[in-house]
Amino acid sequence: MSTNNVETFYDDWAVRKFTVMAVVWGVVGMLMGVFIAAQLAYPELNFGLPWTSFGRLRPLHTNAVIFAFGGSALFATSYYVVQRTSQARLAFPLLARYTFWGYQAVIVLAAITLPLGYTQGKEYAELEWPIDLLLLVVWVMYAIVFFGTIANRKIKHIYVANWFYAAFIIVVALLHIVNSAAIPSEWFRSYSAYSGAQDAMIQWWYGHNAVGFFLTAAFLGMMYYFVPKQAQRPVYSYRLSIVHFWGLIFTYMWAGSHHLHYTALPDWTQSVGMVLSLILLAPSWGGMINGMMTMSGAWHKLRDDPILRFMIVSLSFYGMSTFEGPMMAIKTVNALSHYTDWTVGHVHSGALGWVGFVSMGSLYFLTPRLWGLKQMYSTKAIELHFWLATIGVVLYISAMWISGVTAGLMWRAINEDGTLTYTFVESVKAMHPFYVIRMIGGLMYVSGMIIMLWNVIKTVQMGQATPAKIPAVVAHA
Amino acid sequence: MDITDLRIISTVGALITFVGIWVWAWLGRHKKDFEEAARLPLEGDEE
Repeated sequence: MSTNNVETFYDDWAVRKFTVMAVVWGVVGMLMGVFIAAQLAYPELNFGLPWTSFGRLRPLHTNAVIFAFGGSALFATSYYVVQRTSQARLAFPLLARYTFWGYQAVIVLAAITLPLGYTQGKEYAELEWPIDLLLLVVWVMYAIVFFGTIANRKIKHIYVANWFYAAFIIVVALLHIVNSAAIPSEWFRSYSAYSGAQDAMIQWWYGHNAVGFFLTAAFLGMMYYFVPKQAQRPVYSYRLSIVHFWGLIFTYMWAGSHHLHYTALPDWTQSVGMVLSLILLAPSWGGMINGMMTMSGAWHKLRDDPILRFMIVSLSFYGMSTFEGPMMAIKTVNALSHYTDWTVGHVHSGALGWVGFVSMGSLYFLTPRLWGLKQMYSTKAIELHFWLATIGVVLYISAMWISGVTAGLMWRAINEDGTLTYTFVESVKAMHPFYVIRMIGGLMYVSGMIIMLWNVIKTVQMGQATPAKIPAVVAHA
Repeated sequence: MDITDLRIISTVGALITFVGIWVWAWLGRHKKDFEEAARLPLEGDEE
């Protein structure tokens, strides 16, 4: 191929690699989740070994599902979407290849160091400083590739999905640099640059914005491209997409302190976090409504299109968890919910329901197209995956709601003389049956993911990676 | 002017900017451009 020729094709090398790895890491991370859920129900499964203990495997699960599964899905879709909506070939294709290998290296290093007990001890930011630095390098390369492609675009307007991906890339860099700032004392040991309540506030400024920009903004970018594609309809309201985008940007940054209600954090800071969390409902639902309404006039398509169903159910869970979140941020509600399984249920309603479903839908859309096919190897298998995943999530989150509210009520129950009605172990006993139900729900969810992996492998074997042609520029303003 | 003034200015400034974006997005004259922009993902690849 002459260089001239190459310029007329999209570069999907990294898209294909990240797509497959997203599904692989999805299976790995979710299996890890089921295993630690089983440990909570049956503690003997800790095996009495440090490397297999819940405390070390839990961050491995969260890192694997959020960063390995979710992150790979985001790399894949952002590289795909930015090229299609810019009608331009990926800038610096070699750098894009480095982001793939670099990011996979970060994941493998996480899988080695976390069970060994190397951790900075910050939730979702556990990785030690040498891995943090590697991730930083990968992230800078990612930004260069993404923004380079935007700069090369053949279309004047930057489509809204790219705004969301761009916000994700910029903010995650900011969060990672600030929260991971540490003084290294040796390889794989370091001390946070901050202390006390400030350290806690920075951690939850990071933690909540990781939810806001990694798990929300980026996946909304995915939604804004793949829902219109699969429904074959333009997004319902473009101006709403602009306003709710900026609404999310201006509001999310302030909400983190709701993770620290009734702690040493100054009371006014907690209240600011609560109020801005309540305000967050508006821009969140703006996105949910926009996605849902894109379907208006095409609802009949849901009957025989399981991919579209994945996307619409994901939006329903997005709407539910972004209603639940602000509610739980209210201090008096938080007094009941905090430190209980309600929080775990809430997170998984967002993670399994929203992030998981929208990724699965988008990856089912992408996979056949990347390998020159019209559809996945088996549509029936997608259907089966959909129902396993849906029932799994519902079991999971309802078990956690009941368990959380039960435990919360038991902990605050007091006798007339002021003593506690229940001992802690009595609340643990009350939670046990729900831990078993949660494990079953998780098992169903990961079973669906394993079916997806099989389906993806079959599709890849059936098809052939053919380069997609960049269309001749459409006349555009 | 101390740091608190800067904080007040940036907070109020952010609010005004956001409301400004909102007003801008709702101006009738962008309707056609937005409709065109919304069609972007649907253009370009015939399947």
